[in-house]
Amino acid sequence: MPSTKTIAVAMSGGVDSSAVAAMLRAEGHNVVGLTMQLWNQRRLAGHEGMPESVPGRCCSLDDVYDARRVAETIGIPHYVVNQEDRFERDVVRPFVQEYLSGRTPIPCSLCNNHLKFDQLLIVAQQIGADSLATGHYARVAFDELSGRWLLKLPVDVAKDQTYFLFGLTQDQLSKTIFPLGGMTKPEVRDLARSYGLALADKPDSQEICFVPGGDYKNFIDAYLAEDGDALPDTAGELVTSDGRVIGEHAGIHNFTVGQRKGLGVATGSPLYVLEIKGDARQVVVGNQEDLYSKTLRAGKVNLISVGAIEEPMTVEVKIRHRHHAATATIEKISDDEVLVTFAEAQRAITPGQAAVFYKDDVVVGGGWIV
Amino acid sequence: MRRVYLDNNATTPVLPAVLEAMEPYFAEHFGNASSIHHHGQETRAAVERAREAVALLVGCRASEIVLTSGGTEGDNLAIFGLLSSEMRRSGLVREGDHVISSTIEHHAVLNSCKQLESEGCSVTYVHCDARGLIDPDDVRRAVRPNTKLITIMMANNETGVLQPVEAIGKIAAEADVYFHTDAVQAAGKVPIDVNAIGCDLLSISGHKMQAPQGVGALYVRKGTRLQPLFHGGRHERSRRAGTENVPGIVGLGKAAELAKEGLASGDVRRMADLRARLESSLLGKIESCGVNGAGAPRVPNTTNIYFDYVEGEPLVIALDLKGLAVSTGAACSSGALEPSHVLTAMGLSGDRARASLRFSLGKQNTSEDVDFALRLIPETISRLRELSPVYNKEAFST
Repeated sequence: MPSTKTIAVAMSGGVDSSAVAAMLRAEGHNVVGLTMQLWNQRRLAGHEGMPESVPGRCCSLDDVYDARRVAETIGIPHYVVNQEDRFERDVVRPFVQEYLSGRTPIPCSLCNNHLKFDQLLIVAQQIGADSLATGHYARVAFDELSGRWLLKLPVDVAKDQTYFLFGLTQDQLSKTIFPLGGMTKPEVRDLARSYGLALADKPDSQEICFVPGGDYKNFIDAYLAEDGDALPDTAGELVTSDGRVIGEHAGIHNFTVGQRKGLGVATGSPLYVLEIKGDARQVVVGNQEDLYSKTLRAGKVNLISVGAIEEPMTVEVKIRHRHHAATATIEKISDDEVLVTFAEAQRAITPGQAAVFYKDDVVVGGGWIV
Repeated sequence: MRRVYLDNNATTPVLPAVLEAMEPYFAEHFGNASSIHHHGQETRAAVERAREAVALLVGCRASEIVLTSGGTEGDNLAIFGLLSSEMRRSGLVREGDHVISSTIEHHAVLNSCKQLESEGCSVTYVHCDARGLIDPDDVRRAVRPNTKLITIMMANNETGVLQPVEAIGKIAAEADVYFHTDAVQAAGKVPIDVNAIGCDLLSISGHKMQAPQGVGALYVRKGTRLQPLFHGGRHERSRRAGTENVPGIVGLGKAAELAKEGLASGDVRRMADLRARLESSLLGKIESCGVNGAGAPRVPNTTNIYFDYVEGEPLVIALDLKGLAVSTGAACSSGALEPSHVLTAMGLSGDRARASLRFSLGKQNTSEDVDFALRLIPETISRLRELSPVYNKEAFST
């Protein structure tokens, strides 16, 4: 056997991962396509508020079909790996529980941490692959000086997905390839076209893959109804930050920090959700300026470019995917907890989202906002 | 790359002699078997010869064979054809009907029973024991005055376990209940005699016995009324409308003839010897594994083995990438694999069911094929186990 590398490609049926498979194949590697079956889109179809069927969504049979067609076009073996049980346990259920506890979760990060770079990477190694390639826009590099694997911003910063990848361990990074890190999206589409891939113009997926139409409230209702559980009643009071009750709400999962619309109370000035108190079922509202805060605590911290934060460190911090990174100091509170102090107060710091720390184009690490 | 195919319970390659027999029926003898003229007569004769060969394989009269598109159609025609017909005759609504089946049936039967339930029928699913065997006494106990049909398979597709169909046939006869058996995985591997079994309906499929995909047959005991599923011309004695799939039927006939010969000539015994060597060598070379269905009578070509601390899915992929085709269980429409309902019905844990592989031999397999599998499987399993978090944890703790 020639000493070419065997690379498994996580193929979602979208343009990016399809282009990755085609590129690696053209470079002469042994490429094996793997598509994870994560969620049965028909499962909650027809529940109140849920569409009957959703064509062209992630994990749908259409996407599996697209991935298989690409594999056939470029001439690589392709397999579907069923991870529905783990996806429900590690992503869907925590997603629902987070909302019901008054937090705003990021399922994509959970999926990356628990499925794509954990289970799928194990499967890739088990089937004899040296590494796993995905269509993420990010870069991996080995730093000789520190002896650590680095996660870095992609060339196309508008497509940057490092925010969702902060949980990758050194071992995972050492076996991961992001071939699109040096390319722009239009270049990727051109490349897909040049390989004759029919899906070169397939639209990007934007929503959470298992929530059709993006309406997560209906999804949570349907998910709980399916279990036979009625929706746990999280209805409660709308209160001001000094504790004054000014109204009622139908359930805390309907709110997210920073939200303005849909509070159902009329007052002289616009009101915003400041905080969601899960235990007390209270939604705290107030003025726009009360939304700003200078500090946050990040838990379950994963560090990438450094082994530990011994001294306070000045970094740029992103508190949501579309956030413009802001200067802050990070310091260790405990082994996996970090205190983030911003130079300037930030709007709507939201529990359940991630705080990801950057130093120039390198991801220092990140954690979950508590 | 060398490729070895040990997934013959999924489908089998068409035998060269079968292909040869079919070949003239595409372009040369192309007639519609219902036509009056020469062309029609030619193909009619071919269809009837094939029917006789199938009848000979299962021990019935040619007129009792309905040619179908395969096992699923045969199962559906038996179940719905009979219950619709019963319903019409007795004038009863389906609410009153009761059917006995088992938890280890193929989905063609299992989902047909689920459909009957949704139409108001009640169905008892008899459980199997840890060996994958149905106890005839459980079937006897399940019989009610309004039981219309017993449908229990002859050989299980995943484990190869042969069910006590003769005993069930006696129970059905005593209770005066119709008995259907899905014999798709038995045909060509063990002798079939519908009179010894005492069944009224028995389905077989061409592509599991080295005829092509898309053809099969249903034995319907003389006097059994069936409401057809398809409405149209008066083909198949008005039990199955539609122009005959003549090349497929000719292939089925030839395969039936060869299957009958193979059972007599020792072809099947040779397959049984290969299976025995594959099974005992794997058990000898690999630790923490065992045969699912051990201790039960089985068809000679199938062995289903669990390899603890391994997931069947990556194992199948890893073996396929090295050229060995085997399977974990029933494939669903997306190509993803669910843990087997048969193995879980036998009491296997989800982990062990997912750690199980099915090896099924065909008449084309050689001793070298088994050697190839025996070289490949142990090393692949060690690699998977080395990478398994569960295996490492348990190995560490002991």
